[in-house]
Amino acid sequence: MRTPSGNRVYGMGAEYSSAAALYEAAKRVRDAGFKRWDVHSPFPIHGMDDAMGLGKSWLSAAVLAGGITGLLTAVVLTFGPSSLIYPLVVHGKPVDWRTVPAFFPIMFELTVLFAAFSAFFAMLLMNGLPRWHHPIFNWQRFSRATNDGFFLVIEARDPRFTEVEARELLEQSGGQHVTIIHED
Amino acid sequence: MDSATTVPDVIESEASASADKLARVPLVLNKRNFSWITERISGVVEERAPRWWWVAFAITSMVAMFGLFCLGYQISTGVGTWGLNHPVGWAWDITNFVFWIGIGHAGTLISAILFLLRQKWRTSINRAAEAMTLFAVICAAIFPGVHVGRVWMAWFLAPLPNNYGIWPNFRSPLLWDVFAVSTYFTVSVLFWYTGLVPDLATLRDRATTKIKKFLFGIFALGWRGSNRNWRHYEMAYLLLAGLSTPLVLSVHSVVSFDFATSIIPGWHTTIFPPYFVAGAIFGGFAMVLTLLIPARAIYKLHDIITPQHVDKMAKIILLTGSIVGYAYAMEFFVAWYSGNQYEKYAFYNRIFGPYWWYWWVGMLFCNTVAPQLFWFKKFRFNIYVVYFVCMCVNAGMWFERFIIIVGGLYRDFLPSSWGMFYPTWVDIWTFIGTFGIFTSLFLLFIRYLPMIAMSEVKIVLPEADPHHAFPGEHHTVAAGGKERT
Repeated sequence: MRTPSGNRVYGMGAEYSSAAALYEAAKRVRDAGFKRWDVHSPFPIHGMDDAMGLGKSWLSAAVLAGGITGLLTAVVLTFGPSSLIYPLVVHGKPVDWRTVPAFFPIMFELTVLFAAFSAFFAMLLMNGLPRWHHPIFNWQRFSRATNDGFFLVIEARDPRFTEVEARELLEQSGGQHVTIIHED
Repeated sequence: MDSATTVPDVIESEASASADKLARVPLVLNKRNFSWITERISGVVEERAPRWWWVAFAITSMVAMFGLFCLGYQISTGVGTWGLNHPVGWAWDITNFVFWIGIGHAGTLISAILFLLRQKWRTSINRAAEAMTLFAVICAAIFPGVHVGRVWMAWFLAPLPNNYGIWPNFRSPLLWDVFAVSTYFTVSVLFWYTGLVPDLATLRDRATTKIKKFLFGIFALGWRGSNRNWRHYEMAYLLLAGLSTPLVLSVHSVVSFDFATSIIPGWHTTIFPPYFVAGAIFGGFAMVLTLLIPARAIYKLHDIITPQHVDKMAKIILLTGSIVGYAYAMEFFVAWYSGNQYEKYAFYNRIFGPYWWYWWVGMLFCNTVAPQLFWFKKFRFNIYVVYFVCMCVNAGMWFERFIIIVGGLYRDFLPSSWGMFYPTWVDIWTFIGTFGIFTSLFLLFIRYLPMIAMSEVKIVLPEADPHHAFPGEHHTVAAGGKERT
């Protein structure tokens, strides 16, 4: 989709006066059946995931996988050298599996370490970050999204998107400064 | 009829009066709005550095440089420049290590444990406290790295085989310590940076020069406050908090294992892990207040860091201080109850031996008695009393670690091998130098990064609630007194 001036259209955005207004608008856009849209706010709004029809974030699965990897790494790292490569008898203690309590601290630390790394990187990966640029930054008003602005943007890629319908929905739900955002 | 109509009115007005009394004091005072928070906190970073900042930074960086000189002198000359000798092989170096690492714990407690407990007041102080954690751990890490004597052999700490194919002993608490402290630092950095991303985006969007826009743009990772992003972000933040909570408890537990797994009288006790963790949080909160009380006065942040925040931190100091006091008492009881003469002597010697005043002043007065002032509301709301107690705790916690470490070593089993510890100027100045490093890093932090988590403070404002109704505006959902969860 292109504007008369020949710019490709990314989507249509509107600004809302408050978190509450954005929350109500999100419910209407969700009920209208749009799929490719998003709201932008300076802080996470409680209950917005439900208002947008999004489920639970499955980032926790990545963290679980990371934690298990960390635990297994620690098992290999401690038992490998201490029981297999170069068994070291200290304080007359066993070198087989019975020595495991002495390895708990390392197992715990590596579990946490790997899980934390996976939380961080899974968050970036699932959010598509980092990125150099995003079409939404072409909208002048949008710089307030990190200050005190509340925005809702419907993408032109959405199958239900038509300029008339999107504008009507945004205006009816209380959106101000309804604007077409350019892709480039 | 008249009386029938007036009675409910009276009840209603009484009910609303008691509701006013019961209403919670808001976490941000004077009904500040979102953009005020952005302006106030970003303004600190954006305006020119004030003169006091340059003066303070010049002093602290000079102290830091002298500390680094001492480290260089110690590394190039040898570990003999410190006062360590037989029988005291661990003294100021390990005292300083435990002291600094303990300070870090308050930051993680505020950022992680209070987050899981849904203590919303943490949002005003968590960023600065986490930064304090990182800088304290940096200061702490210097000492074990350097006290090995031959620093170029410090890689022996890593889980790698040496040139004879021998691996480090994975059953040693000293190796656990390497894992615990390095994991702690790494996870703290990740947690801190995750929290910073939305605020860096704020600074990016406000940047006036190209270079600032570029740098903040790089570190903000292209953040645009999208709810599809917030969804994963909040989950990541929650999980990082959940991971940091047991982590912070483990770090000082592992530090205490360095002592508790030995057979030295005064060290060999099972009470150490909880005792050390409580002491760490105790000392750390004192340091948080030591840094934040001046910072809020200088930058006029009284609406964000309110007397209520100071009050709550004072209560945590009271709680942890009392736990520490209990642990001190229990150590004496167990020493007596054990019937072990070495153990009994160690504790007799702690009170009446040559280091008697370390115990009387440091452990008894500074750590046990002074925080008890916080039972009284009057004192918790008096900033000078709070600052005095925090200074007592800062000093007291250092003395406590010195008493535990040196107290166990200098008079152990055989009187013929007893000996005192005397610090050299290198010992003293290396320690003072770490204060220079710590304060320099903190000054750089408040100058170049938002010292209060803007995106998090905004959440605690009433209008952040999607069910909040503005006066004169009508919403389908009533405002009510609904608590955000």
